[in-house]
Amino acid sequence: MTVDLLLLALADGVSYAGLLFLVALGLTLIFGVMGIVNVAHGAFFAFGGYTAATFVVALSGPDTPAIVLLLALAAAAILVGLVMGTALEAGLLRRVQDKDPILQLLVTFAAFMIFEDLQRLIWGASPRSAAAVVDSLGTLELFDVTYTRYQILLVPAIAIVAYFSLRAFLRRTRIGKQIVAVTHSREVATALGINAKRIGWFTFVIGAMLGALGGALAAPVTSLVPGVGTDWIVLSFSVVATAGLGQITGALIAALIIGIARSIAVYTMPELEVVVPYLIMVGVLLVRPSGLFTVAQARRI
Amino acid sequence: MGLRGLLGAAALAIGALTGTSAALAQDKPAQLKIGITTFMTGPASVFGVPGKAAAEQWIEDFNAAGGIQGVKIAPVYLDEGLGGDNLLSEYRRLVQEQGTKVMLSAISSGNCNIIAPVAEDLKVLNIMWDCSTEKVLEERRYKYVVRTQGNATTEMVATVMYLLKVKPDFKTIAVVNQDYAWGRDSWEIFRNTLMALKPDTKVVAEMFPKFGAPDYSTEISRLSALKPDVILSTAWGGDLDTFVRQASQRGLAKKSVLVLPLIESSLERLGSAVPDGVIGGMRGDHYFLHPEYRNDAKHKAFVAKFRAKTKTYPIYPVYHMVQALEALAQGYEKAIKANKGKWPTTEQVAETMRNMEFRGLTRPIRMRDDGQGLEDQMLGITKAVPGLPFPVLDKLTIIPATLTTAPVGQRSPEWVKTVKPELLTSPLIKTYGDTAPPAN
Repeated sequence: MTVDLLLLALADGVSYAGLLFLVALGLTLIFGVMGIVNVAHGAFFAFGGYTAATFVVALSGPDTPAIVLLLALAAAAILVGLVMGTALEAGLLRRVQDKDPILQLLVTFAAFMIFEDLQRLIWGASPRSAAAVVDSLGTLELFDVTYTRYQILLVPAIAIVAYFSLRAFLRRTRIGKQIVAVTHSREVATALGINAKRIGWFTFVIGAMLGALGGALAAPVTSLVPGVGTDWIVLSFSVVATAGLGQITGALIAALIIGIARSIAVYTMPELEVVVPYLIMVGVLLVRPSGLFTVAQARRI
Repeated sequence: MGLRGLLGAAALAIGALTGTSAALAQDKPAQLKIGITTFMTGPASVFGVPGKAAAEQWIEDFNAAGGIQGVKIAPVYLDEGLGGDNLLSEYRRLVQEQGTKVMLSAISSGNCNIIAPVAEDLKVLNIMWDCSTEKVLEERRYKYVVRTQGNATTEMVATVMYLLKVKPDFKTIAVVNQDYAWGRDSWEIFRNTLMALKPDTKVVAEMFPKFGAPDYSTEISRLSALKPDVILSTAWGGDLDTFVRQASQRGLAKKSVLVLPLIESSLERLGSAVPDGVIGGMRGDHYFLHPEYRNDAKHKAFVAKFRAKTKTYPIYPVYHMVQALEALAQGYEKAIKANKGKWPTTEQVAETMRNMEFRGLTRPIRMRDDGQGLEDQMLGITKAVPGLPFPVLDKLTIIPATLTTAPVGQRSPEWVKTVKPELLTSPLIKTYGDTAPPAN
């Protein structure tokens, strides 16, 4: 593998990792605060994607500026996160908050399947996309290989911005500090006067928005088909497990490791592409059963 | 009264004269129950849903015209998206509990492999209406199983031939196929055929991304760096859409010739995202702009009605569905005739279907002794045209199935290695010029 190819693989890997990180971030955040592995997270991805595609197709004309289309993606993510996050948290998860984790897992799994059918009901089975966004931003050349600006610049940039904003939010703002407190210990936080229910809802909605944002950002490059959410939940779970549940910085690094390893595999041994994320996950879990970045204390965010 | 009605009346009259009308009336069922397996869920519903719409439309028209000598077809649809095991139990239930004698199954090659031996055991006529694996009919001789359309060998050999005809001087090729049976098997046939016809070709990359892969960016970067002369992908559905869109956004088609044997089924969805100059096929000669049949009354009427109903142009599974149903109806008609007007047994129909020629909406298909249908293959090159929001396939060429299908009793993997370059100059191959967009 020459240096050129290695750099190309890095570029591809970082772009892929950006999307993966956003989805995994939502998953890990929700786990951190609520202690629930939310399988329905894949549905946020799918709905975010389909809604974004619907918005973009409705808005895009020959002269639609790129910024309008990008705002449409963001709007889709916010809308889906708010509506679905609230519905799932207030309607379902709050009721199983203190139940067996296995039951919680099954409840989110059931919700995921219901959302999948709902998605088929709304958008049908025919593949959808929001390609106009990519076209509006143009391309650039890297070692004689054409990349879309959207994939190589915008997606990783949004992932980085999301990472730093979330960190700043958790450390600097009042509500962010409350989230950290609830993550640390729900009981103590409640005793200190924090409205854990409200914090739970808030975090869940943010997590859902991140999942939906992943979908919305994928919509311009992928084809949305029934079942698209399943893939992402499995992949982002491998990121979260590699990093350690609830680890935000860990998720960023794990997403980068997995993204880059995967793209190097495509260049060198394409047969391994599919298993690479899981090989890394298994390898890490064998050595560190609670993930790469879990520290020996209760605090998870 | 249509021709079928007349025939039915004639048969009844003859029956009355010869005193067999009592027996006829007893034997003839009130309706012919058929089971149709199609994908209503999952990624392959891009084929299954239009296929089902085609079945509904055809059966409605056929029953309105009198059915098979007055016997109407009553379909039951099963979802292939349930997976092989569930499908199989539903299939058995339909046959064993509800007495269904005819099944149209399946789209998925995996499902055809599972169902063919079961159909044989249950003695139910099974028409493989859309699956492409050539293995199922080559590895075992069936009595009750037929295929009313081409197979993977017919399709892939024709694709190689078309490629060599339009771009004879390439040196390197790369492949990006879906990682499952069709992706792997189609590449094996393609590669072996190519090596037989042009042994100096170099394969520079073989990539099999996961079925349903959401992103081909890395594969496309690698292909852009490798710059092969030709890139093959037999992918379909959402996978093909993603690949073509990303390849087109990143200018891959400017550096390499893309060969996409299933692109016809994605053209309308992808619209202007399909670059010009892509070599494309349609798993047969099914095309609403078929140079020989675009103005054929039956074809034209079907396309118009299908568009009115589904708001889309028909794609190849629609044509495959019509072929299966036409073959079934004609098989029954012929078997009734041979049976002196009496309703035939399933065995008689299955036997008749192996020795007949029928027409769906495009070129006629001849059925062979092994149950395999000979379906001519058409390929073309994508070109944007005014008046249509998606490209047409231009420079259409029809390659007869007799040239590209392994003879009865031979196995494709060995047979394709024996094809000779003389095949390319066969006078049976028909080529056409520019494809005009539809008139309306």
